[in-house]
Amino acid sequence: MQISMTVNGVGHEADVDPRTLLVHFLREALDLTGTKIGCDTSQCGACTVHLNGKVLKSCTLLAVQADGCEVTTIEGLAEGGEHHPMQTAFWENHGLQCGYCTPGMIMASAAFVRDNPGASEAEIRHYLEGNICRCTGYHNIVKAVKQVADAAAGA
Amino acid sequence: MWPNKFDYARAGSVDEALGLIGDEGKFLAGGHSLLPVMKLRLAAPEQLVDIGGIDSLRGISANGGLTIGATTTHAEIADSSDVQAICSALASACGQVGDQAVRNFGTIGGNIAHADPASDPPTVLVACGATVNIQGADGARSVGAEDFFADLFETALDDGELITSVSLPDLSDHQMAYAKFPHPASRYAIVGVCVALKMDGGTCEHAHVAVGGATVKAVKCRGAEAALAGSTLDDAAVGAAAEAVKADIADWLAGDIAYPETYRQQMAGVFLKRAIAAATG
Ligand SMILES: Cc1cc2nc3c(=O)[nH]c(=O)nc-3n(C[C@H](O)[C@H](O)[C@H](O)COP(=O)(O)OP(=O)(O)OC[C@H]3O[C@@H](n4cnc5c(N)ncnc54)[C@H](O)[C@@H]3O)c2cc1C
Ligand code: FES
Ligand code: FES
Repeated sequence: MQISMTVNGVGHEADVDPRTLLVHFLREALDLTGTKIGCDTSQCGACTVHLNGKVLKSCTLLAVQADGCEVTTIEGLAEGGEHHPMQTAFWENHGLQCGYCTPGMIMASAAFVRDNPGASEAEIRHYLEGNICRCTGYHNIVKAVKQVADAAAGA
Repeated sequence: MWPNKFDYARAGSVDEALGLIGDEGKFLAGGHSLLPVMKLRLAAPEQLVDIGGIDSLRGISANGGLTIGATTTHAEIADSSDVQAICSALASACGQVGDQAVRNFGTIGGNIAHADPASDPPTVLVACGATVNIQGADGARSVGAEDFFADLFETALDDGELITSVSLPDLSDHQMAYAKFPHPASRYAIVGVCVALKMDGGTCEHAHVAVGGATVKAVKCRGAEAALAGSTLDDAAVGAAAEAVKADIADWLAGDIAYPETYRQQMAGVFLKRAIAAATG
């Protein structure tokens, strides 16, 4: 089936088998391998991207469902050669160890702080329920998100 | 994991969706229940009819009560000021579904059609006397939520029938809450209790109570409702309701190795007390 999609600001046309999941399309057809597949059962959030600005687990949507939509992946978050503040905060706070969950964590957190500037630590921990990290114990991830949330609120 | 091969069609209207759906077909809304089971090969429909683009199925209208289109997402319901005003427990329950990514794409129609016993919205719909509006090739019909949920993953929907919306009465004069014990890993409900209390001063005129998660389907709890009605919601009445709710759900208990039936039954009483405290607090 013929679909068109804008991914990280670039338009793409493709002919896909309807059973292609969005995450397969991004990784295999567009070679955007920053988006990871962790659980593949909708639990872990490693595959989190933004679809029309909303967080989505891209292993749980067909590529054909995203026809005509705008998708942002971790590769598209930096603007004008500058890291997104969430990327910088993960770097500064060492919010990762193996890094496998990181693209999903950053995509989820970036959308969260955009919608909830000034979020509290408790709100951040609650929000990140859908993103699982097997390495860090979450401490530095939460620290990184809090730094951006505070900055966004002008604190 | 790839799902099995299927034919995919996109419907632009309800009539088109009903015309397209074949014997081995399934409607696709958010895909957040259907695609996971297809990936696990627990389902292998030969055809998917995507209803996500049908405008008339989406949105919330406040018309005395509420009418919520089938493809309205959990996030849209949780964030709706109309739902918060008219049936706050539904906004609360939808706001506690899974995580934000799931709430952004999962829909109320898909949720109730799937009828997972650990779902949240059905418990509120059953407590509040909601109606499920259904369209089939032979016409439209409406079914009360209590009758809609038949058993584990079983509903009153016939093959090829489409849920178009759910309707709720105006409960803005009720004090209500949905209290959930989420599974620590999946976030689905181990136990979920909805209460809606109509108060007259300090006295409870009547109460609506339903339990889900602990049961194979959302169950209306008339014993607990009777125990609360006419009381001042004192400890004795609330204690009696917490006992009654265990009897109300006794025939419908669900359980697993980590959270067996008897434990969930006990927790239904505990979460009923929490729901009452949250509704009146
Ligand atoms: C990680 C995760 C966690 C979750 N946690 C929770 C939770 O805590 N609580 C909870 O309640 N739910 C939870 N869910 C389920 C979620 O609410 C689903 O989105 C919802 O159950 C299905 O909605 P959907 O639009 O995605 O339906 P789909 O997956 O598209 O469809 C589900 C089923 O309903 C049928 N269907 C869909 N729409 C209609 C319609 N209008 N008429 C007739 N049939 C229809 C489909 O054919 C299919 O059989 C979770 C899901 C995931 C992936
Ligand atoms: S890979 Fe999509 S949620 Fe885990
Ligand atoms: S850094 Fe390894 S999974 Fe999170």
